[in-house]
Amino acid sequence: MSHESSATLPAVPEGLKGVTSDWSADKQAFPVPWGKAMMWIFLLSDTFIFSCFLISYMNVRISTTAQWPNPSEVFSLTVFGTPVPLFLIAIMTMILITSSGTMAMAVNFGYRRDRKKTALLMFATALLGLSFVGMQAFEWSKLILDEGVRPWGNPMGAAQFGSAFFMITGFHGLHVSCGVIYLSVVAIRVLNGFYDRKGTYETVEVAGLYWHFVDLVWVFIFAFFYLW
Amino acid sequence: MAHAHSADHSTAHAAPAGGHGEGVQHPIRIYLWIWLLLFVFSTFSYLVDFFQLQGYLRWTLIIIFMLLKAGFIVAIFMHMAWERLALKLAILLPPLALMVLLGLMAIEGDYTFVTRLQAFVQQIQTPGEHREVPEFTPGH
Repeated sequence: MSHESSATLPAVPEGLKGVTSDWSADKQAFPVPWGKAMMWIFLLSDTFIFSCFLISYMNVRISTTAQWPNPSEVFSLTVFGTPVPLFLIAIMTMILITSSGTMAMAVNFGYRRDRKKTALLMFATALLGLSFVGMQAFEWSKLILDEGVRPWGNPMGAAQFGSAFFMITGFHGLHVSCGVIYLSVVAIRVLNGFYDRKGTYETVEVAGLYWHFVDLVWVFIFAFFYLW
Repeated sequence: MAHAHSADHSTAHAAPAGGHGEGVQHPIRIYLWIWLLLFVFSTFSYLVDFFQLQGYLRWTLIIIFMLLKAGFIVAIFMHMAWERLALKLAILLPPLALMVLLGLMAIEGDYTFVTRLQAFVQQIQTPGEHREVPEFTPGH
């Protein structure tokens, strides 16, 4: 299909020439569905927000004179009598990666017009997201009630630990929660044939972009907050 | 195969909406591979903590695994590898500006740290002028 249609259309230059022709011509700059372009731009702005959080966390961690609490110890969990470092965090990371995998496959089945499989995989993604939020709620309660961590101080060391932790993971958890709702809505629409009537499954890919971004942010939080 | 992808993309939206030609259709296999790789890299970065590697070795490994994971997610899962260069540049270049903020805040953080240390030393040397600095006392 692609070979025939590309033969009938004017040639589109590639590489840097392609950039100038795409940007300078009096036409739509990005040859993608508008929803996809808008989602990418939203995610770009979100990148800046999360980066500001992570950079301010870096700044307070560098500038504090108090000992920074060791995340490896703070987030360890006792499993069958032995403390395992970052146990819950490792499980949460795996869950989010799994959900990213199911989401990627949902997008794929969407473009194949396989309604049932797309919806099923999206619900699985939302469910995994929900379990992630549940574990985060558990982690927060453990930290607040058992360890006595507050945004203004904690018994382990530098006072800024709490504020950075609650701010960064809280904002990420909010994104996951919104994503669960977003994915559920799109999945229900997939199931009742909304996108078949609309004639395109692009919305599923756009929702997928958002979800993968949530996973992407976690990769950075995991590295800089939990492992550093 | 790769040619079919790029051709698909450049023509998909010039053509009227509907029908096929929308989006990218890859074999499921590629997603499963990336999925597996993400698991492997996550396990590796977890093991960095598990075996308590410290210092530059720890930081280098953490950043390498992080960048690998981020790269695969953006390139394959988010389909960035198959987008046109104009979109790639528009989305991937602006975050580089954050490196400037990162550098400035690192310098600023170091400066604040040294200033605080100096203030503490002065406090210890002149006990008469003791001043409460609640921000520094750990654990309220």
